[in-house]
Amino acid sequence: MNDIEKNIRNEFIEELIRIHGCERTSLLPVLQEFQKKFFYIDEYSQQEIADKMNIHPVEVHSVITFYAFLYEKPRGRNTVRICKNIVCDFHGSNIIAKALMEELNISPGETSNDGRVTLELINCFGLCDKSPSMVVNEDVYENMDKEKALNIIRQLK
Amino acid sequence: MKNNFVKINRTGPVLFSDYKENSALKKAVRMSRNDILFELRESGLKGRGGAGFPVSTKWMLTAATNADKKYLICNADEGEPGTFKDRVLLTEYPELVLEGMIIAGYTIGAQEGIIYLRAEYSYLIEFIQSKIDEMHKSNLLGKSICGNKDFEFEIKIFPGSGAYVCGEETALIESMEGNRGEPRNRPPFPVNTGYLGYPTVVNNVETLAAIPHIINNGGEWYHKFGTDKSTGSKLFSISGDCKNPGVYELPWGITIKDLLEIAGAEDTKAVQVGGASGICLPESQFSKKVSYEEISTGGSVMIFNKDRNMLKVLKNFMEFFVEESCGQCTPCRIGNVKLLEGIEMIEKNEYSMEYINKLKELGETMKVASKCGLGQSSPNPFISILDNFKDEIFTKN
Amino acid sequence: MEKELRSPVSQRPQEIRKYDSNSGIGAEVTIELNGEKLKVPMGKSILEICRENNIHIPTLCYHEDLCIAGNCRMCLVEIEGMRTLQTACSYPVTTPVKIKTFSNKVRKARRHVIDLLLSEHYGECYSCIRNNNCELQTLAREYGVDSYEFGHVCEPRFEIDNSSAAVIRDMDKCILCRRCVRTCIDLQEVGVLEAVNRGYDTKISTFLDKPLADVICINCGQCINRCPTAALHANDPSDLVWKAIEDPSKHVVLQTAPSPRAAMGEEFGLPAGLSMTGQLNTAVKRIGFDKVFDTNFSADLTIMEEGTELLNRLKKALVDKDDSVKLPQFTSCSPGWVKFIEHFYPEYLDYLSTAKSPQQMFGAIIKTFYAQEENIDPANIVTVALMPCAAKKFECNRPEMNSSGFKDVDYGLTTREMAKMIREAGLVLPDLPKSGFDDPFGEASGAGLIFGSTGGVMEAALRTVYELVTGRPVPFSNLNIDACRGVKGIKEASIKLENCKEDFSFLEGVDLKFIVAHGTANAKVVMEMLIKGELKDYHFIEIMACPGGCIGGGGQPIPTSEAIRKLRAKAIYAEEANLPVRKSHENPKIKYIYDKFLTDGPCGKLSHKLLHTKYIKRGKYIN
Repeated sequence: MNDIEKNIRNEFIEELIRIHGCERTSLLPVLQEFQKKFFYIDEYSQQEIADKMNIHPVEVHSVITFYAFLYEKPRGRNTVRICKNIVCDFHGSNIIAKALMEELNISPGETSNDGRVTLELINCFGLCDKSPSMVVNEDVYENMDKEKALNIIRQLK
Repeated sequence: MKNNFVKINRTGPVLFSDYKENSALKKAVRMSRNDILFELRESGLKGRGGAGFPVSTKWMLTAATNADKKYLICNADEGEPGTFKDRVLLTEYPELVLEGMIIAGYTIGAQEGIIYLRAEYSYLIEFIQSKIDEMHKSNLLGKSICGNKDFEFEIKIFPGSGAYVCGEETALIESMEGNRGEPRNRPPFPVNTGYLGYPTVVNNVETLAAIPHIINNGGEWYHKFGTDKSTGSKLFSISGDCKNPGVYELPWGITIKDLLEIAGAEDTKAVQVGGASGICLPESQFSKKVSYEEISTGGSVMIFNKDRNMLKVLKNFMEFFVEESCGQCTPCRIGNVKLLEGIEMIEKNEYSMEYINKLKELGETMKVASKCGLGQSSPNPFISILDNFKDEIFTKN
Repeated sequence: MEKELRSPVSQRPQEIRKYDSNSGIGAEVTIELNGEKLKVPMGKSILEICRENNIHIPTLCYHEDLCIAGNCRMCLVEIEGMRTLQTACSYPVTTPVKIKTFSNKVRKARRHVIDLLLSEHYGECYSCIRNNNCELQTLAREYGVDSYEFGHVCEPRFEIDNSSAAVIRDMDKCILCRRCVRTCIDLQEVGVLEAVNRGYDTKISTFLDKPLADVICINCGQCINRCPTAALHANDPSDLVWKAIEDPSKHVVLQTAPSPRAAMGEEFGLPAGLSMTGQLNTAVKRIGFDKVFDTNFSADLTIMEEGTELLNRLKKALVDKDDSVKLPQFTSCSPGWVKFIEHFYPEYLDYLSTAKSPQQMFGAIIKTFYAQEENIDPANIVTVALMPCAAKKFECNRPEMNSSGFKDVDYGLTTREMAKMIREAGLVLPDLPKSGFDDPFGEASGAGLIFGSTGGVMEAALRTVYELVTGRPVPFSNLNIDACRGVKGIKEASIKLENCKEDFSFLEGVDLKFIVAHGTANAKVVMEMLIKGELKDYHFIEIMACPGGCIGGGGQPIPTSEAIRKLRAKAIYAEEANLPVRKSHENPKIKYIYDKFLTDGPCGKLSHKLLHTKYIKRGKYIN
């Protein structure tokens, strides 16, 4: 990471600390907001956040690796999530998942080569009555099938 | 197809009954705290997240504690597989939930309410925040709420980061403090020492949504519904092999058979009540009643018809627990993996009944030795499915 | 002045919040423990009550130095009326409960916990460094485990991290009790180890899984002392030491520090607090070391150098009015502390004394002065240091530690490793006759000996500095400066310098203020005070990285506890009180070495070359 990138992140972190505070209780909000902008929390930024909050870098790393929606590795610009709960599975979510994996040529957890999409299989999303469902970033799509899902994926930038 | 917050015409005895917005809040801030606690006790309301702790006890203990600050947390970390009632409440009845929070804060003496919203529901943040802002404008939040100069209350939203275990109240508080979501030792309980060491009440979304109705109609009225030990109504999230999946409000004491009829289920082989951490009932037990004293649940009902493979269902649940266990205590961290390995042995037909029984014994230990509810209830599907469907599962090909 | 607690409230000693309504809860409560009625003070944990009543409750994650975790689930007990079992370590008794500590449910649960831990534990006991001193092994024996109920791991799943000169991590043996995490983050506030990932994938790791040598580990080894298994152990060079001993061309010289001598008996089954100095000398000569020297000699040397340095700084500040002089002066003999300040407070390195630690001074002297005197080629001298310290292994490998022209100290051996060598030689230490140290470095003062305990360096320095300045011994009965002694985290006191000798008239009337701190968490408190400018009136600060000072070092026998450390300290002070010479400057060998070798005196040119060092601004950024 070059100095310019580091500076951008540094400034953003300082802004977040200004808004949320530098106490440990602000750690999760700061990490979430940082991630919204940069998609993942890199090594340098973890140390900066630790330094400004007066905690150790390994503690930040520990918190990030605990939560399923905090990431330390580069991601795609869009995250597509499909539920793997048994009810969704019985209603075809696994077929949709397989189709997407083939289309994007990736396994769950991986990012497509063009950096567009990261596919994730996640635990119950709370949309069981509208299964199979799919969540793309912050948008919820209900009663999906293979065709509809592929359509949506193909339109992502 | 996108974010759909349309209010469906729902009917139900309590939560889905008619409610005039802000009526309960305006009434509550003119009542004394003791009167509210009285009504709550009369109602017999118990926590609706699944644990079923008497709400009046929780509030009373917190109200009686001396402290500079107190907190009220709305547990919207609905992660139990098959549960989606809180999502419906937050999108279609947000006023009930928010007013319930404010009334709770008033009663226990808290100044700040926080909604711990699971990461998977983060698409609701804007919507809920807009409701909070509206309430601010109408003097229902902030200082001198509804003219009561002594009462001020703020509500914030704290988004989760993706961990089912954070639905457990002490893990939730740990998460809010910026730590890993690992449950704490209890005692001390959150009502005594909670968020940042202050007395804290953590209530489920559905529990809080019932409060305005209890205020308006009285505790005795609420007590009329349900059974003696399980008063009031319950929101059931029904999904699976049925014609009409969705959220239904029904009184406690309803039988599984009734639930299946309402949901339009046919050829049902198994019903998983209570989510992945609940028990699985075969047809012979469909006359059982759903209540805290019989089949307790947070409301998740998953229906499986005759074509479904019960071992696959069980494996899915145990994989869920292996992934979601926080890993802190030995029985849950390693025990769940051992149970899953046992299922894989059965799948490959490389098992002995002796070892399976050993695993069931391990499950019984996990139920009493694990540090929190996750490890204490993850053996439930393991034991109940292997017991109730043994003919299907243990056929050697 | 003590440090703030970091742990969540549920992991600290319980504090019962008062309720509004006075429910008449008294200060005591009557409980039933295994059928017997007992009156106990309210708020005590079940574990404490059981220990006081001679009831043994097995524990794994519990450690009395650390906050309560409650994650191993070994100490479960059954309380009547409660569906789930409760952990004795964390449950405070506040109501008249009925407790059963070994009911069927409890025994089954404990057995299951052991079985589950064993199912994940890779490695056989007989090829493990903690064989016979492993808490998991002990529990397995206690519970009669004779089979792997839930299977066993037959292959290693983790790579051993042996990047560090001092601490090795073998995660295959880890039982995730999190003692190391609590030690590193809560107790020492260094913050190198934490639990990472979730659920079954949880493991103890460093920042982004980097090797230990690449993160800010200070090598204090406190984590090793508290690890119940062999997941953390020290980097053991004893094979290389044996090789040197068995090489006829090598002249192998051992220097022994006071703390290993005070604790070595524990490795041979003796209770803590029995000094084994004489027997140890016999043992090491029989093993094959050519000479055994007393590190206390070089401790005396350290006092001469560091004391003179302090007086020089005071002169510069008070006479020359030199603003650039850094006061207070911090001791520098604890390599864990040195690395701590290099990482966390690199801008304040100038406050550190430039004097090396006794171990390193000795190494330099041996390969120059001693080699000359005995006519031995220093290239053939192998210096081995017996230390209570894990960080010394890192220290002797610091590239700048070669002022003799060779590696000043070749190997650092811990107390535990030396005990292993003694056992391998078939010697039973307590039964050996006593013998003395070898010349020319066999004489040391009591001041050098007390280095082993927290406050010892300070007391030794004061005995010399005060007498140099005033011509009189310190005004304390028997030369014992009690203000320096004891386990309090941060101690402070002062001595007034009056009727000073002419050379030191600039110190007339000065209140010499000093602070003694042990454990890096307390060091942090002191440094924060320095940064805020609250230490302007202080002159000398002793910091030891390990709680208790060197007697609690990372190389000392396992287990450790405050009681054990107190007994070891007592042994040190007792041994010292009876010595003929108790001030560093009165050690005749010290006079000898300055007369014959370090002729420009303390802090002179040759002293600076051999006995003083520089530090590295490491910073806390991890690459």
